[in-house]
Amino acid sequence: MNEVTDVPALAMILTATLLPGGAAVTLIGSVGLLRFRGFYQRVHAPTLGTTLGTVCVTTASMIYFSALGTRPVLHELLVIVFVATTTPITLMVLVRAALFRDQAENERGPRGEK
Amino acid sequence: MSMMLAWSITVAQILLGLAMACATFRMLWGPRAQDRVVGFDTLYVNAMLLLLAFGIRSGSALYFESALIVGLLGFVSTVALAKFLLRGEVIE
Repeated sequence: MNEVTDVPALAMILTATLLPGGAAVTLIGSVGLLRFRGFYQRVHAPTLGTTLGTVCVTTASMIYFSALGTRPVLHELLVIVFVATTTPITLMVLVRAALFRDQAENERGPRGEK
Repeated sequence: MSMMLAWSITVAQILLGLAMACATFRMLWGPRAQDRVVGFDTLYVNAMLLLLAFGIRSGSALYFESALIVGLLGFVSTVALAKFLLRGEVIE
């Protein structure tokens, strides 16, 4: 385990709060992915991790590196913007594909879960 | 004080590792192909967050670059997989 460099107390407290919080929210989303039935319920759960989890973890990283370099480090905003933009596109395309596959299977005769 | 931050980073890494395990389970045992793709999507987002946590621990900006690359390539591959499920081929 590497030693963590000393930064001001406020930045350290903020980082130490936001990082496990974001990780916990991400874990809740992934457990939802594991436990929900059916695809159309399952597709909702991981968005918890991709929105709130990503924002919390990247904000913690931004605060820590800003305190470490004593200048504002904002390039983590790229990750927030990118993930927030691409997640709806991904899920929309994926749900459209799942709907198409379900309809194609129902025409041939239903099998498996809905 | 610095021990608190080190322990919180360790806790965050353990939680993100468990989240990656859940996503891996869904990717390996997902009943249908779209479940596997959703599991893969979750897996790479969690891996990206884990890389950011590693970056905070090591204090170097290199992990951020790799997290950005993981995010970019994961998005492209998920969309390609969804396109494959929809049409049967990726580029037509």
